[in-house]
Amino acid sequence: MSLGTDEGSTTPNLFAPRHRRILVGRRGLAASTISSVVLLGALVALFFFAPGSATVRYYYFNGHNMWQSFVGHPQTGLLSVGRGFVTNIWMCLLCEVLILFFGLGVAWVRVSRSAVLVPFRVLATAYTDIFRGVPLLLVVFLVGFGLPALGLGVLSSQSPDVYGCVALTLTYSAYVAEVFRAGIYSVPNGQILAARSLGLTHGTIMRRVTLPQAVRTVIPPLLNDFISLQKDTALVSVLGAIEAARAAQIYESTVFNGSGLVVASLLFLAITIPLTRFTDRLLDRDRRRRLASLS
Amino acid sequence: MSDVVLDLDHVVKRFGDNEVLSGVSLSLHRHEVVCLIGASGSGKSTLLRCANLLESIDAGTITLFGQSLNDERIDPDLVRRHIGMVFQSFNLFPHLSVLENILLGPVRALKRDRDEVREEALALLERIGLRDRAHEFPDRLSGGQQQRVAIVRSLAMRPALLLLDEVTSALDPTLVGEVLDLLRDLARNGTTMLIATHEMNFARDVARQVAYLDHGVLIEQGTPEQIFTNPQHESTRTFLERVR
Repeated sequence: MSLGTDEGSTTPNLFAPRHRRILVGRRGLAASTISSVVLLGALVALFFFAPGSATVRYYYFNGHNMWQSFVGHPQTGLLSVGRGFVTNIWMCLLCEVLILFFGLGVAWVRVSRSAVLVPFRVLATAYTDIFRGVPLLLVVFLVGFGLPALGLGVLSSQSPDVYGCVALTLTYSAYVAEVFRAGIYSVPNGQILAARSLGLTHGTIMRRVTLPQAVRTVIPPLLNDFISLQKDTALVSVLGAIEAARAAQIYESTVFNGSGLVVASLLFLAITIPLTRFTDRLLDRDRRRRLASLS
Repeated sequence: MSDVVLDLDHVVKRFGDNEVLSGVSLSLHRHEVVCLIGASGSGKSTLLRCANLLESIDAGTITLFGQSLNDERIDPDLVRRHIGMVFQSFNLFPHLSVLENILLGPVRALKRDRDEVREEALALLERIGLRDRAHEFPDRLSGGQQQRVAIVRSLAMRPALLLLDEVTSALDPTLVGEVLDLLRDLARNGTTMLIATHEMNFARDVARQVAYLDHGVLIEQGTPEQIFTNPQHESTRTFLERVR
């Protein structure tokens, strides 16, 4: 082997072999169209030619029942899935505000170095460990049935909606706290050094230098958590709160048709898909910016 | 007040088993420029960071305005308000405009009046020809411009001395000149500076004293003439030949 470039006597062939030609150049579009049509066709065929296809289509995708479950029918005691979904939305919005606030607080305590905060730091660590480890459904049960059983006056006489929000906030704050903490640690050390050499105090550096930069990096992961929070509001139904999933279940057990469940799913998708697309766009933008700053 | 602003006396710094500074002694007088030269890893940066209390020291004393920084009662934040520091990688705050970068220290650390500092900051930017860029974000500026803003950011604190850590090493060769010109300006105006640098011609021009560091040991110190034309030690001679 000589030190240097190849000085071979033959000219290398740069053309793709025959069987790979469909993948290169402008024909890539044709290849992707064909593969999409084939895949989609196969899925649709599987659905329509399955032995129980007719039953499933009637039970879950019946147009009349879908509409009925969506609008509800107060006279016959049928609850509206649409109305129930409004509960999901306000729960999710209220919880998100509490979660951002609480999660940031926990993260702040965990990264602080102050000697006074040592016991709080231990508490915060235990809190994130516990609530990231216990399944949300169990937290919902424990809060929703445990707190009322304690007989603590106001604390024990709230509606299922409130206990649901408490459970969601407890669990999600633990996740969000970790997201914030990762964001705080992602700020380059040079930034902290520069801020310290200006004689800024720890708290000021956190507020004016670290957090503004950290928050910017964690917006996409926070949105991801927001999306799954939106979905998990359905878990509150186990406490008896009337939200979309619960309303659909009631409709199903009254009319013996599950189309309401599909309606509820579609309502969730109507919110989560735009949010997911938006999050992906943000992530993409961040990635491009990082690539640009490297060059 | 004596003329000595900063005094290092047999300063030792270790990272684990690695001794980065082995008993370095150095004094910086008011209106004086001292340049630290030496290969990468010789301890120049660490020495500057120790002077600023960004690193703790393991032995020796650092004295600022006649007050020992080893004292328990010293508040590091107060110390750093009197010492400006400029880094190799600029470290401007990317989420703040050029002007906000300069205002942050005086307004938040010194609690000075925002409008008053703003006037000063704009005047400083005027001096470096960047007043019209005051409201832009750092990533819109060239490396040389960013570094000059970083220098102005330190100056806005009205520090008693300035520490500069290889401030031109991360710059495109065409941009080094504008930063060095600014430092020459500052030196002419009597700014007290401790400069770690690889720019030997610059060191020869501006320094009152040049100190050569090798593996954490201050090998020799003297006027630029002594160091550059007649170095006493073999290792100094070898180093200077290599960078020439």
